[in-house]
Amino acid sequence: MTALSLRDVRKNFGPTEIIRGVTLDIAPGERHCIIGPNGAGKTTCFNLISGRFPISSGEILLNDQRIDTLPPHKINRLGLSRSFQITSIFHRLSVFENLRCALLWSRGYRYSFWSPLWRQKALNEAADRLLEDLNLATRRDILAGLLSYAEQRALEIGMTIAGGASVILLDEPTAGMSNTETDYAMALIRRVTQGKTLLMVEHDMKVVFDLADTITVLVYGQVIASGPPASVRANRAVQEAYLGALEE
Amino acid sequence: MKSRWLILALIAVAIALPWGFYDWQHHRHDGFLISVLSQTGMMIILALSYNMLLGQAGLFSLCHATFFGIGGYAMVHFLNAAGKDELPVPMEFMPLLAGLSGLGLAILFGAMATKQRATAFAMITLGIGELMATAALMFHHFFGGEGGVTTDRMIDNSLFGLTYSSGIQVYYLIVAWTLIAVALMYFLTLTPLGRMANATRDNYERAQFIGYDPRMVRFIQFALSGFFAGIGGGLYAITYEIVTFDALAAPLSANALLMAYIGGTTVFGGPILGAILITLLQSGVSLLSNSWLVYVGVMFIGMVIFAPSGLAGIIQAHGPIQRAGRLGRLTLPYLRLVVPTLALLLGFVGLVELMSFLTIGAAQDKKLVLFGSAIDVHATMPWVVASVSLVVGALWLRFEAAGFHRIWEHLSAEVRR
Ligand SMILES: Nc1ncnc2c1ncn2[C@@H]1O[C@H](COP(=O)(O)OP(=O)(O)O)[C@@H](O)[C@H]1O
Ligand SMILES: [Mg+2]
Repeated sequence: MTALSLRDVRKNFGPTEIIRGVTLDIAPGERHCIIGPNGAGKTTCFNLISGRFPISSGEILLNDQRIDTLPPHKINRLGLSRSFQITSIFHRLSVFENLRCALLWSRGYRYSFWSPLWRQKALNEAADRLLEDLNLATRRDILAGLLSYAEQRALEIGMTIAGGASVILLDEPTAGMSNTETDYAMALIRRVTQGKTLLMVEHDMKVVFDLADTITVLVYGQVIASGPPASVRANRAVQEAYLGALEE
Repeated sequence: MKSRWLILALIAVAIALPWGFYDWQHHRHDGFLISVLSQTGMMIILALSYNMLLGQAGLFSLCHATFFGIGGYAMVHFLNAAGKDELPVPMEFMPLLAGLSGLGLAILFGAMATKQRATAFAMITLGIGELMATAALMFHHFFGGEGGVTTDRMIDNSLFGLTYSSGIQVYYLIVAWTLIAVALMYFLTLTPLGRMANATRDNYERAQFIGYDPRMVRFIQFALSGFFAGIGGGLYAITYEIVTFDALAAPLSANALLMAYIGGTTVFGGPILGAILITLLQSGVSLLSNSWLVYVGVMFIGMVIFAPSGLAGIIQAHGPIQRAGRLGRLTLPYLRLVVPTLALLLGFVGLVELMSFLTIGAAQDKKLVLFGSAIDVHATMPWVVASVSLVVGALWLRFEAAGFHRIWEHLSAEVRR
């Protein structure tokens, strides 16, 4: 059984094929990193998996169930949650409200217009606990749009994991962060994705080789290598196409 | 805490005000006042329910009067049925039926409109508004054509044995329902749906990735806002006992937008302020001047440019300074704005009135009277005075405003520290 699997997934934007037959199997609990040069189609892959764009052909399965025809909210309800490379939060809501919103559906509130939020003790406590986890407790009532960049990235991760999804997709969570911020963010990611399946796009090779159980290298919309870090590092094609240029 | 007192004060004023103008000699209420106050109540409901869309869900609807109007028309038919003993519902619950009529129509139209976003949504609502306006002229059975439909509100069925023969009784019914509607709409902002409406306003896309279908959020929000608008329309029908095309046509939709925006869409109570202000202007200034719509229009444009968060937004912006106890330091800067603002306003109003009396006024054979003396609109002097006042006021205000801005920025920076 796989947590997530892609079978010969293709995606065209107009006449150009951006994803050219990606096949990928991710086991439950695996930490899987996708690397590849800019424009390789990593974000597009995430957009296809999470239902943001329809695929052109192929199959995507979540826990052995087809999801490639479902809209994003239904995929999310099945237990797959993603973050965005470009921070995507609710700017005019407070940090606390952002997290609480992200908790609502999974806690069964649906479209309720009869339950007063202030009386939902368990929900509010969960949001506050999450704030603590993210180290954002002191920023609780500030508008999310006013947070610093690194704080917004932390919030983005928090919103992604809030709903308790079993498969988490993170798109360059540490991009644009300083070294200390990156270390902090990675510790956070390890902590909050414990026991979950993690699929992550990352540019920082140190982070990737530290974290990943499996690494997939995507170049021009195709997987050129996939396997444990050691084997990917040793792979000639990868070194030529990509790693050699990056690793000094 | 403070806002609680403000709310209580507003309610007290709403209840007591008619008695402040009671004519004890003839034992009569001031009919004009009662009618203005009643109108204000309905407009508060209209503006607030509109803001459930514009401010809270980021939905730019152009057909809100549709649901107000349908509430009104339905109410006329409900009252007529009740008058014939066919509808055993006491008067006090009647507005609820009007609300359900608004809800029903909003479910129908909302299902169409909320499938789309942004501009497409606005266009569809524009189409819906036009559609309903045309329907109102075509289907005589329900809408009564040009003349509208009339009713008699004395249905002789009341929980409290009231006849609703007098305006004051109707007014208190309006106060009660306005309070109920406002309280419910406020409650909605504190529920999962209300919060997700804010979320889809801020970031439509993101809402999908936390499990919500933003279209469903908007659809429900739209339907509920139609419910409240319908209540407002129901009160309208009870008050005037006649409902015409005006109650659902585009100008009223525009009015809803105007009231919500001028009052402030970012604060819950903003549209209440807007509704009070616009209704007062409408009933006050429209008596004094033919051109009151010009003033409302200019005020609206001014707000869009200089204060997009409306009156309530302006007030709210003072919060941090006030909490720091530095509000006093703005007194002088504000005072310095008064004279140039007055000069600008006087010049502008002068020119508008001169122009209007030159054209419409002449046709109506009216004379422009200012400070007790008639003014000859054909003389040069009034035009020169008004123009000079306008130009000097504008330049002076620009200068003073720059100074004010500096002090404001300085204070805000200080407070933030
Ligand atoms: N919505 C879109 N429409 C057209 N082209 C797109 C779209 N999204 C991405 N692309 C193209 O697909 C390619 C891969 O982009 P992306 O997935 O963002 O790369 P990566 O995340 O690996 O840097 C780029 O050439 C980009 O221009
Ligand atoms: Mg990318």
